[in-house]
Amino acid sequence: MSSIQPIRNDLAVADPAIELINVTRRFVSPTGKTLTALSDFTMTVGRGEFVAVVGPTGCGKSTTLNLVTGLAKPSAGEVRLMGGPVKGIDPRVGFSFQKDALFPWKNVIDNVMAGPLFRGRSKAEAERAAKDWLARVGLSKFLHHYPHQLSGGMRKRVALAQTFINEPEILLMDEPFSALDVQTRTVMHEELLKLWAERQASVVFVTHDLEEAVALADKVYVLTAGPATVKSVYRIELPRPRVVSEIRYDQNFIDYCKTIWEDLRQEVETSYRRASQAA
Amino acid sequence: MANITMDSPVTGVAPATFRPGTSDKEIEAAALKAIKRRKQLVLFWQLVILFGALGLWQVASDQAWIDPFFYASPSAVAERLYDWAVNGTTEGSLWYNLGVTMEEALIGFFTGSIAGVVVGIGLGRNQFLSDIFSVYIKAINSIPRVVLAPIFIMIMGLGLASKVALAFVMVFFVVFANAFQGVREADRDMIANARILGASDWQVTRAVVVPSAMSWIFASLHVSFGFAIIGAIVGEFVGARFGIGQLISIAKGTFDAAGMFAAIVLVMVVTLAAEWIMTAIENRLAKWRPQQSLDTH
Repeated sequence: MSSIQPIRNDLAVADPAIELINVTRRFVSPTGKTLTALSDFTMTVGRGEFVAVVGPTGCGKSTTLNLVTGLAKPSAGEVRLMGGPVKGIDPRVGFSFQKDALFPWKNVIDNVMAGPLFRGRSKAEAERAAKDWLARVGLSKFLHHYPHQLSGGMRKRVALAQTFINEPEILLMDEPFSALDVQTRTVMHEELLKLWAERQASVVFVTHDLEEAVALADKVYVLTAGPATVKSVYRIELPRPRVVSEIRYDQNFIDYCKTIWEDLRQEVETSYRRASQAA
Repeated sequence: MANITMDSPVTGVAPATFRPGTSDKEIEAAALKAIKRRKQLVLFWQLVILFGALGLWQVASDQAWIDPFFYASPSAVAERLYDWAVNGTTEGSLWYNLGVTMEEALIGFFTGSIAGVVVGIGLGRNQFLSDIFSVYIKAINSIPRVVLAPIFIMIMGLGLASKVALAFVMVFFVVFANAFQGVREADRDMIANARILGASDWQVTRAVVVPSAMSWIFASLHVSFGFAIIGAIVGEFVGARFGIGQLISIAKGTFDAAGMFAAIVLVMVVTLAAEWIMTAIENRLAKWRPQQSLDTH
């Protein structure tokens, strides 16, 4: 177990897909108070690499993703995508939300078609692609259902199809499965790994669930309690393809979880202590 | 297997207990029957109250418990309506007068609600403009709308324009406030999702903001049709040649209680009909919303 060691964060990755270089992100409230969510944060994601980010609740994990999408700008430091700076919302990026972000007034197929239609593709083309993606996530029979008629797991699959139809080279996921029950979540993990293996997109997966992170990722970033910065980075050398439902019983998996949890626990405790002091 | 009980919060029917082994079909049939019975019961009581109230009014008037000169009676009101419908009013045909009021109210309603929706969404989407204009909107909104009636009539005369203007201001602010709020309540994640999926600002407005503000807007349209009618009628009180408000005004001048009530009944029927049409349109547009379902456990 002691053989598991964190890797250095400043190691150069050849041909990186995403780079956050010494990034700081501050929020200024209307009364002029500043709140630092990220401080001196550095992360590199290689092409086709699956990276998980874990950290205590509210430490600023989601902020990292917003910086990559271009929805937020860094207060200091630099964010680069595929070797170039981020300029607004990048069409190569796909985003998977924690909450349901489907459009409730559109039925399943119209939800999935939204991306291609926004991007100016023809209706027929969008429909063909949407049907194809809905078949891949096993929802061909639900094309004309509305989101409220589907279960949480099915809605998540629609959301995945909605994201994947744009064929993102970079996939950002913000605790996408945290609202699902444990069984559905495992199914969705398998589904995600399958889609990822076909597409070979670069993924940043934010979660507070360490086991989820270890089961899915090539590399796990542990963040400190806010303002978040990188505490340690681990490379997960579990063989692929992984069977998420069974990997939990693998000794290597357990060792990874134990080692990384040691790091994470201190931060969780710090964060918890602060929260209870503030209250 | 335990007895199957059925307790439905929607129907409010007392839980029926079924013997073990009752088939789903029988339970469904029983539930349908219970729902139907309850609907009939509701209708029955509604009719009882309607005829009870009208009957009491009639009797009270016949027996001179209340002065029929001031309070009229249902039969007098019905007679007056019949007389107006067949022989016309002192101001010409009833249908023409009703048509005038409806024209004023409808033009005011449509222009007011379209303007309200456009301005509400525009300001809702633009923080800077809304910061600038919010103070003026609050100020204008604090004016009781009916005090504008004399001014509009002075400026625009006794005809259509002054009534439309009054109906317009009555409708505009209600619809504007709701459209504005609806835009503000649009889910941030949903907007972010659309933008990342590739939507331009205009596409975000059309595909996300407007649909999500729609239920707010519809809520305001329900009340604002009533407001449009109020605007038209108040305008007619203050000065007009034709219209239901003018009929009421004349009835008042001649101490004709039956005439006033008859006009009120007309307005009530028209407003209810409009409300019914609006609900039908809304249900058609809102088919994506969850239906309330019977809960059988």
